[in-house]
Amino acid sequence: MSLHIADSGAPAQPDGIPDYPMPRAAGCPFDPAPALRDLRAEAPLVKVRTWDGSTPWLVTRHAEQRALLADRRISADVTRPGYPHVTAASRERRLRTRAFIGMDDPEHARLRRMVTAPFAIKRVEALRPAIQRIVDRLIDDMLAGPKPVDLVQAFALPVPSLVICELLGVPYADHDFFQRNTRVLVNRDQPPEAMREAVDALIDYLERLVAEKLAHPAADLLSKLGVEQVRRGELTAHELAVTGMLLLVAGHETTANMIALGTLALLEHPDQLAALRATDDPKLIAGAVEELLRYLSIVHSGRRRVALEDIEIGGRVIHAGDGVIMANEVANRDEDVFTDPDRLDVHRDARGHVAFGFGVHQCLGQPLARVELQVVYGTLYRRVPGLRLAVDRDQVPFKHDGLIYGVYELPVTW
Amino acid sequence: MRVSVDREKCVGSGQCVLSAAGVFDQSDEDGIVVLLDESPPADVHMDVRRAASLCPALAITVTES
Repeated sequence: MSLHIADSGAPAQPDGIPDYPMPRAAGCPFDPAPALRDLRAEAPLVKVRTWDGSTPWLVTRHAEQRALLADRRISADVTRPGYPHVTAASRERRLRTRAFIGMDDPEHARLRRMVTAPFAIKRVEALRPAIQRIVDRLIDDMLAGPKPVDLVQAFALPVPSLVICELLGVPYADHDFFQRNTRVLVNRDQPPEAMREAVDALIDYLERLVAEKLAHPAADLLSKLGVEQVRRGELTAHELAVTGMLLLVAGHETTANMIALGTLALLEHPDQLAALRATDDPKLIAGAVEELLRYLSIVHSGRRRVALEDIEIGGRVIHAGDGVIMANEVANRDEDVFTDPDRLDVHRDARGHVAFGFGVHQCLGQPLARVELQVVYGTLYRRVPGLRLAVDRDQVPFKHDGLIYGVYELPVTW
Repeated sequence: MRVSVDREKCVGSGQCVLSAAGVFDQSDEDGIVVLLDESPPADVHMDVRRAASLCPALAITVTES
């Protein structure tokens, strides 16, 4: 077993436990690490060794990931011993600003429910015209400006950033500040001190913003939560700042990466790009979004949990206190669920993917991400039909060190 | 087919509304599921089964008659 794994890129220790995470193969930036696929072929769950020497379970298959993520015997509480943090820096961040994604019910449900209504399908659908205007204006600006241009800075980042700022009531004029600090937050190789500084700067910023909203409420989510929850003593101003930071960071980093990496993937699959460009069928575009979510699986650092009780699954026993890591990117290539899983096919029904996770912590902002991506994928390639890479693909810098996968830059021309 | 929902379990992911909009909705107040039709017509049964399988909180129960 160890030889086999070593051959596929994961250095195995003498005890046969492979190191995690594993590197992607050179030249295959859209595919999960080869060693992850080999582990999936071997067993639905295996022990891996992580940065701090601990040996949590790695769950590789779709069925077991869904079962475990929906299992009440599994905890997302980041303060529990055994919780498998991504890195020392990530642990620093998660403990310093413990949002509801790092809690269990009933605290999790109480806090999540306060912010669920704005992300309901109908509410998000009502934002579609405004999102379309933002996308059209950014494309106008891009077409009027010099080329080549970095699609990340000119388009992929501003789209979700403008949308989440509007929704929360964060001044977009401050985007240099919060995007710079967010970049630190989503990098898994930061020293803990740098992480602490970035987290404190963002929390301080959001606490000041919350105070301002309480003094002068406006028609935005931070004001609404300030008035309805903080003033009534249901939520502290600090808790609101932490929730605001979660929504701000999650609201732009993830979608931005899907836009830029998705565009690169489509440029590399011209037949798929042509199918998208040729249609105005909202169903096909919505299906393409699901397929790109599945195929790219940008949350590539694993959904992390710790077992509260012994759990028998996949022929193994996860013991109480064991860390558990769900590698979504490899479950989304599980051939038991998706036919010819390594093929990007915008016509397939990919809705069963776990790109947003599963269970009670499944992504709150998914309806917003879907509408943003539908508008972007349905507009950009039609309006810029000659869009192409302005550099060789091997010069594109990928976020191998990112908590969320994507590209740092995407120089394009047309 | 009989459908029931557990509003305590629901996390408002909206998967059910996307799958079967005539059967499921979300409350304006808290985003939690609202069941519109507890015995939906045959032409949407596939969509309802899909909604139940996609629900991340396992909050939808479908009983086939």
